[in-house]
Amino acid sequence: MTIKQLSIFIENKPGRLAKVCRMLSGAGVNTTTLSLADTREFGIVRLMAREWERALETLKADGIAVTASDVAAVEVPDRPGGMAHVLDVLDAAGANIEYNYAFSLMPQGKAVLVFRFTDTEKAVAALEAAGVKTLGPRELFG
Amino acid sequence: MLHQYYPSLPHDVNCPYHPVSAVDFMPRERLRALQLHRLQATVAYEYERVPLFRKRCEERGVRPEHIKTLEDIKLLPFMKKTDLRDEYPLGLRAAPNSEIARYHCSSGTTGKPICIANTMDDILVWQNGVMRCLAMYGIRAEDTLQVSYGYGLFTGGLGAHYGGEGLGCTVLPTSAGNTDRQLMLMRDLDVTAIACTPSYFLRLMDEAQKKGIDFRRDTKLRHGVFGAEPWTKAMRDKIEQVAGIVAHDIYGLTEISGPGVAGDCSFRTGLHIWEDHFYPEIIDPETLEPLPDGETGELVFTTIDRRGMPMIRYRTRDLTRLHAEPCPCGRTMRVMDRISARSDDMLIVHGVNLFPSQVETGLLSVPEVLPHYQIVLTPTETMDLLEIKVEVTPESFSDNVAHLENLRKRVFAAVKSIIGLSPKITLVEPNTLPRSEGKIKRVVDNRPKA
Repeated sequence: MTIKQLSIFIENKPGRLAKVCRMLSGAGVNTTTLSLADTREFGIVRLMAREWERALETLKADGIAVTASDVAAVEVPDRPGGMAHVLDVLDAAGANIEYNYAFSLMPQGKAVLVFRFTDTEKAVAALEAAGVKTLGPRELFG
Repeated sequence: MLHQYYPSLPHDVNCPYHPVSAVDFMPRERLRALQLHRLQATVAYEYERVPLFRKRCEERGVRPEHIKTLEDIKLLPFMKKTDLRDEYPLGLRAAPNSEIARYHCSSGTTGKPICIANTMDDILVWQNGVMRCLAMYGIRAEDTLQVSYGYGLFTGGLGAHYGGEGLGCTVLPTSAGNTDRQLMLMRDLDVTAIACTPSYFLRLMDEAQKKGIDFRRDTKLRHGVFGAEPWTKAMRDKIEQVAGIVAHDIYGLTEISGPGVAGDCSFRTGLHIWEDHFYPEIIDPETLEPLPDGETGELVFTTIDRRGMPMIRYRTRDLTRLHAEPCPCGRTMRVMDRISARSDDMLIVHGVNLFPSQVETGLLSVPEVLPHYQIVLTPTETMDLLEIKVEVTPESFSDNVAHLENLRKRVFAAVKSIIGLSPKITLVEPNTLPRSEGKIKRVVDNRPKA
C-alpha cells in the first residue's frame, strides 16, 4: 500500500512556509504530517493530507511548484528496535531509501515511518512479504 | 527596374534563381550609381519637407547639393528612436495624408509608441524586400506559407503576408497565438513554410512534442522564416535538428520598413542587405565616425527611396559588421553578420562584455529553465555579483533535493562555459521574477548608473 504525499518548493526565506500553510487552511485542507527538507537557499515541504487532491489543485492554481508522489507509510511499535527491523528488511531486499521521516500517533502508542524509495513498488513488496504493515489513506487519516 | 538591368533574363522555371532575385546580382558600380541617385533625391525631398531635418542640416551647414558621392552621407545628421518618440505622432512625415496608405506603430515599453507612415510605393518596396528574401530561401509559388507573426500595427504579420502573396505563395494568415489551431492547420493544409519569431516556433515545437506530433513525420514543413528578435546559432541548430526544417534568418525593423531589409542565403555567410533600398553604414557608437567594411559597430540605415517617412542615417542600435569580401552565392548586395546583440543590451561585468543572448545560448542545454530565468547584477563591497535567478516550475521541480542541486549545477556549468564568468545560481519560486508585459524582464541591473 502506498500513499500520496505532496512536495512543495519554497525559498528559504521568512514567511514562505506560512504562506503555503495559509493557502492550505484557506482551502480547508488539514495536514496530517509535515516535514521540511532544507538547504541554505531553498527547501522542500512534504506533507500528507486526506484532501491531498484539493490541496494539489489549490497550490497549482496559485502557481506554486508542487508535485504529488507515492510514498510508503509504515506502522511500527513505538519502542526500541521498531525502526531497525524495518530497515533490516529493506536492506535485505536491496531497496534504496531517498529520504525518510517519522512521526508518532501518541494515543495509540504507534510510530509511523514515511519512506520515499527509488523503486517504491519493489520496496513495498519486500515490506509486505516480511509482514511489515504499510498504511493506506484510511488507516492514516482515520 | 528588373528589366532595366537584366533585359535578357531567362524566365525559365528550371532556373535556380527566381526572377525577383535578379536585382540581387546587380554589378557593384551600377548599384553605387543607383544608390547615389536615390540618396540625393531623398535628401533633397526630406530637406524640403521635414523641418527637423532641415534645421539639423542648417546647424551643420549642410545642404542637399553637398551630397556629391555616397561617402558624403557622413555630412548628414543622424536620426534616433528618440526622434521618432519626440516627434510623435507624425512630425517626421514627409508626404501628405492623401499619399499615405498605411501606418505601422511599435509599442514602446516605456512612454510613447513610434508611428511610421508608408505610401503605397513604400509598401511595395517593403514587399519587394520580403519577396527577395523568400525567393533567396528557395520558397516559390508552390509553397504554402503560414504567417504566424502578429498581424496589425506590428510589421511582422502584414510584411510576411505581402511578401508571400507577391511571390505567388498560398498564404495562411494565422497570426500569432492559439497554438493548437496553428498545429492543426499546419498539418491539414500541408503548410511547407512558416514565418514567425524563433521563440514562437520553439513554443510550437514544445506543444507539438507534448501532443506527440513529429514535424518531420507529420507535417510537410520545410522552411522557417524567423526574425523580429535576436536569436542565437544554438537556437537555429536546435530548430533545424528537431523540426527537420531549414531555419532562415530575416531581418528588419519597423522604422526602416519591416521584415525583409536583409536575409541569409544558402551559404549562410551572414545576411544580404537589400542596399538598393536600404543604404547601410557601420559607425563607431562612441565617436559616431563611419567604420570601414569588416569592422564591428552600430548599424545605421538610410531609406533611399522611401517617401512617406524617410529615415536618414537612422541608428538601429544593432551591432554588426559589413563583410568586405563578396559572398560565394554571387549576390553583390553586401553581407552583414547575423545580429546577435543590440548595443543597448550589452552589460559590462567584471570588465567583460556580456550579452543576455549569450546566457540564453548557454541555457539551451538546460531547456527546462527557459524562459524562466533572469540575470541580476548587484553591487557588493568587492565586486559586482552576477546572479542567474531561475524559477522552479512544475516541469523542473522534483521532490528531491539532489535533483534541484543538480539543476543549479547544470545552469552554472552551462552559463559559465559560454561567458567565462562564475554566476551565482538561485532557485526561486514560480511567478516571483518581475515581469513586464507578461514576460520576465531578462536583466535587472541594480548597480548605480555610471
